[in-house]
Amino acid sequence: MLEIIDVSRRFGDFVALDKVSLNIQAGEFFTLLGPSGCGKTTLLRLIAGFDQVDEGEILLDGKPLTALNPEQRPIHTVFQSYALFPHMTVAENIAFPLRMTKIAKPVIDLMVREILEDVRLPDKAKHYPDELSGGQKQRIAIARALVNRPRLLLLDEPLSALDAKLREQMQIELINLQKEIGITFVYVTHDQGEALALSHRIAVMNKGEISQIDEPSVLYSCPDNRFVADFIGQCNLLDATVVSVAEKQLRISIAGLGELDVCANPEIDFAVGDTCALTLRPEKIRLAAQLDITDDEVLFSGKVHDMLYLGDVTVYIIELANGVLIEAMLANDAPGRTRLFDTGDAVQIAWHTDAGHLVA
Amino acid sequence: MPNRAERLSRILLSLPPGLYLLLLFAVPSLMMLFASFRFSGEYGGLAPWYYIEDGQFTLDLTLENWQRLFESDIYLGLLLKSLAYALATTLICVIMAYPLALMIARSKKRHRDLLLLLVILPFWSNFLVRIYAWMIIFSPQGALTAALNAVTSSLGLEPITLMFSGTAVITCLVYVHLPFMILPLYANLEKHDHRLLDAAQDLGANRFQCFWLITWPLSLPGIYAGAVLVFIPSLGIFAIPDLLGGTNGIMIGNVIKQQFVESRDWPFGSVLSLVLTAITLVLVLLAAKLGSPAGENNGKK
Repeated sequence: MLEIIDVSRRFGDFVALDKVSLNIQAGEFFTLLGPSGCGKTTLLRLIAGFDQVDEGEILLDGKPLTALNPEQRPIHTVFQSYALFPHMTVAENIAFPLRMTKIAKPVIDLMVREILEDVRLPDKAKHYPDELSGGQKQRIAIARALVNRPRLLLLDEPLSALDAKLREQMQIELINLQKEIGITFVYVTHDQGEALALSHRIAVMNKGEISQIDEPSVLYSCPDNRFVADFIGQCNLLDATVVSVAEKQLRISIAGLGELDVCANPEIDFAVGDTCALTLRPEKIRLAAQLDITDDEVLFSGKVHDMLYLGDVTVYIIELANGVLIEAMLANDAPGRTRLFDTGDAVQIAWHTDAGHLVA
Repeated sequence: MPNRAERLSRILLSLPPGLYLLLLFAVPSLMMLFASFRFSGEYGGLAPWYYIEDGQFTLDLTLENWQRLFESDIYLGLLLKSLAYALATTLICVIMAYPLALMIARSKKRHRDLLLLLVILPFWSNFLVRIYAWMIIFSPQGALTAALNAVTSSLGLEPITLMFSGTAVITCLVYVHLPFMILPLYANLEKHDHRLLDAAQDLGANRFQCFWLITWPLSLPGIYAGAVLVFIPSLGIFAIPDLLGGTNGIMIGNVIKQQFVESRDWPFGSVLSLVLTAITLVLVLLAAKLGSPAGENNGKK
């Protein structure tokens, strides 16, 4: 539905976007994820029309958007700062986009009341924005942007000003609202947890380019490259060299750990001697004082170097032979005990050959 | 509930301005109110407000001065005319100041200080000197009048005079007061969040709608503040009509000054002053009510 084709945008010498292409489907909850300065907000502004592309084309339903001013595009934005009009009541704010069209007053009133129900704030119609809490302002901003059913809703880090608890609640509401209303959402965030929780698909961006576009679970378990592996969630990145190649398995050599078997990445054909990196999620590593392993597991001994107690889980940083550090995670699920190991304890770790994911 | 120390500090802090207003505004106003009911003295000033005849104490007060206000149309007419002049001045100032203030507020940060300096530059020369400058511009021998009359005579019209007219007075009033409109308006516009305009445009508003529905209503407090600063001094001014107005451009301030200085009729001068003060106070209260920011004004919980 929205096609972005080879879009570039430069500010002086700085390349904010470098030949970015992506395709967003109707009804999709699509997220642009990346660190600050990766170009995600620039891309959003280009879609909204606040900025012009240097090269490339943006098509909505097959028609080019580039010649249209923001007010002519059937696209609305929810701003990070909410941007509610302070001199208008909640109802007037929501009615604003409707007043810009030729809709009759009684119909407008009806639509405003309906959308206020949808965001569960029916009694706030006569209030002014500065009487609302952060979460309420956010819902009104979303209601205002949704009320006249745009083809596309752009959300620019809309939850970043809310506290953690409220953010989680709003995330659930956003998912439900999107499902109910069926409007395509393009969501910009630097918060990978938020992106994973909300999106149907995520485009991870870095330095003006797209690193990977995939569903959250694919992105997390099978990152295409080191950047995505590192940016999404916690990850052990172990530099390695390919020693031998079999059909479904590779043997790699990791400095300090020696040789070990891993499952091949069907996307990449590695040859003997290639450099690669093994990405290994902390929760996929088994950790105990003494471990029995199966045939397709690898085992290492080490000691607890450091630990981060997070309540539900504890992240242990294990020092293996030759000073290699591996992060492992254990749920604090033992009844009556807060954590299992202390700094300096001798432990063993093991992982399945399937647990790691090989990237170039 | 504020504690005792807080209340004490509040009282102490409000003491100097309170005393100032009491001694220099409230007391003189009451003295004028009293004077407005007295007879004027034989050689100007005020006659005694009582006399004692045969040991009998008698008040010597009168309503004559107030009646005089309403006896002829002159004074009320002049009051209305002054209101009209001040209103015209204020409106012209809004129209002229708004684009300029908006331009300064939206110019690059490093240019703003220079532009504001240019706005207040006229204050560096004396007020009267600047009015004299307008006398030269408007004088019948002046280049402006000559140029205009070259046009009018070529069209076969009567020659015009600029000097000693209401036009001259209003022109100079606008010139003198324009910075007082620009500065509060700029202070207001400069604080506007440009993202509100982005949002309005995003929601379908064109440039005119963005201005009319967002910028304009949000700038009203600035306009009210500027209007007070322009309207009130314009209403009571006498120097400008004295020098540029002649008999046509006379304003209520001139008459008040005349009563106190030339006619030496203090009681009637007091009546006119009090009426002017009352009108001003009402308008200030109105502007203060309108001028409080919309959100706060309506946002009382």
